[in-house]
Amino acid sequence: MNKVLVLLEHDGTTLRPSSGSAIGFARELSDEVTALLLGEDLGAIAAEAAKYAPVLTADHESLSQNVADRWAHVITEVARSQNAELIVATSTTWAKDIVGRSAGLLGGAMASDVTDHEITDGQLRLRRPMFAGAVNATLILEGSPKIITVCPSAYNAPKPADIPFLIETLSVDASTLPSATRFESLDCKKGARPDVTEAHIVVSGGRAFKNAEDFEKYVGGLADQLGAATGSSRALVDAGITPNSLQVGQTGKIVAPELYLALGISGAVQHLAGMKNSRVIAAINQDPDAPIFEFADYGLVGDVYKEVPRLIEELNGS
Amino acid sequence: MKILVPCKRVPDPDQKLRLNADATDIDGSAVTYILNPFDAIAVEEALRIRETAHPEAEIIAVSIAPAEGETDLRTALAMGADRALLIEHEGQIDPWNVARILAAVIHQEKPALILMGKQAVDDDANQVGQFLAAQLGWPQATFVSKIEFTTDGLRIHRETDIGIEIIHVTLPAVVTADLRLNEPRYASLPSILKAKKKPTEHSTPAKLGIKPEPRIRLLGMELIDSQRTCEKVTTATDLLDRLRESEVIE
Ligand SMILES: Cc1cc2nc3c(=O)[nH]c(=O)nc-3n(C[C@H](O)[C@H](O)[C@H](O)COP(=O)(O)OP(=O)(O)OC[C@H]3O[C@@H](n4cnc5c(N)ncnc54)[C@H](O)[C@@H]3O)c2cc1C
Repeated sequence: MNKVLVLLEHDGTTLRPSSGSAIGFARELSDEVTALLLGEDLGAIAAEAAKYAPVLTADHESLSQNVADRWAHVITEVARSQNAELIVATSTTWAKDIVGRSAGLLGGAMASDVTDHEITDGQLRLRRPMFAGAVNATLILEGSPKIITVCPSAYNAPKPADIPFLIETLSVDASTLPSATRFESLDCKKGARPDVTEAHIVVSGGRAFKNAEDFEKYVGGLADQLGAATGSSRALVDAGITPNSLQVGQTGKIVAPELYLALGISGAVQHLAGMKNSRVIAAINQDPDAPIFEFADYGLVGDVYKEVPRLIEELNGS
Repeated sequence: MKILVPCKRVPDPDQKLRLNADATDIDGSAVTYILNPFDAIAVEEALRIRETAHPEAEIIAVSIAPAEGETDLRTALAMGADRALLIEHEGQIDPWNVARILAAVIHQEKPALILMGKQAVDDDANQVGQFLAAQLGWPQATFVSKIEFTTDGLRIHRETDIGIEIIHVTLPAVVTADLRLNEPRYASLPSILKAKKKPTEHSTPAKLGIKPEPRIRLLGMELIDSQRTCEKVTTATDLLDRLRESEVIE
């Protein structure tokens, strides 16, 4: 695999840490990795990215918001002019939206949520979950360029280089950009805790928690003792108790922390899809037959309203 | 206004899957199918648009499936779609070719809005909506939890990893539904009976001028079972001890 273009996600100020996974994956495949950043006023972000790979920036006021049709248009033009054979990003809603559309402009040879790969007989074989993670499929992509999003938990960011790589600014012709989509606002609830995809420990709560105050007190309280992120099942998101950015699962985020603590979560296949590759899984549930225990290393049968305060207290005292 | 709703039949997630003999696909003979839950949400949203903003709307459900797939299109008809189109196709088909076939249907039907699920819960690819919008050159709104009609298009709430984003798109557009867009209705018995009389047209990729060009070649599948055995502890203290022994907490 020769030329690889890595698309990096950022929030206008810094790189999303999970972007490092895409660079890590790309590096395993090629020595010719270039990073691409889109946006406005990218100076500081580009400098951050240049620690990992040479950087191309499409820096223009018309790209100030990550609107899919515009961004995909620019990504496609850059991929073509760079003769990229492989385009990589970390699988997030951003990548699913924008990189997915770019793939639709570049011939559709795309694999999402890749968790592993190997090169056999010169072929890049990719592994990805299907059927809510009940099946692991091995596939190859036909055609070029190939577009791949990797699961953030599956690949690590490389070490930053001592001497930064070069940054090159591309020209953007705003008159050719699509204009059918207009960004209005983003209600970004950025809490003090790390993002669920980026934490070493995730404390997750399920339907056992009756309201947002309880969730914050018990799940949030335990997470803070452990320096952990909070996550939740869909049940709580649907009930309006937790924001959707906390949802772990087939249709939420896929996480694989060192420790996943499931509190009052039954262990539906759709939830398991998002966390079953965690290194250690522990569960507290009052139902001894809850399916979550089949996927846990340690289980405590009990009431979360009684057990979680004990955990917090012990951690607090130690 | 015409609304086109792509509908995929998927194995019911509440069953244990088995693989076929050469482990290249699931064993379809032993499987019950349902309408992809996200597509049911898309059908429901189309119905609500017809019930409120656009009473004149015509809702067309389209599926690419073997002939038996008509059953799952009937679900969409029973919910309230006006007519259905089944593009008959045996075997696996990847998102790129699904998007090509749908684009060909769209060129014939000329809908103003495509409402579809954000992903199908079999391959979990989350690609077709984006591919389709790209091929048509239409704006897209993915992972949508709320739709409002404006004078010149749609004002849309999107569920992203970092929060709710609001965008505006002009029509025609492709919109992909997330879970919280609505809760789909169950079809009543009378509407199920009525759906039997609604028209279902059959076609094929070839009749639409599409020859599938595979982009994904599946080499094999493996069923994933839990590799863990759960050690039950009886107190919170024991749990913390075990976690310390595993070196995941301090
Ligand atoms: C298309 C589709 C996609 C989906 N995607 C996702 C997804 O991405 N993520 C996701 O999580 N779900 C998803 N779901 C939903 C999933 O099927 C389950 O409904 C959901 O995960 C259940 O959440 P839960 O475990 O919190 O609730 P429940 O299944 O209701 O379980 C609650 C558990 O808490 C225990 N409990 C109750 N009270 C206490 C107490 N006081 N102390 C201890 N234990 C207690 C109960 O014994 C039970 O096991 C999806 C469903 C569909 C159809």
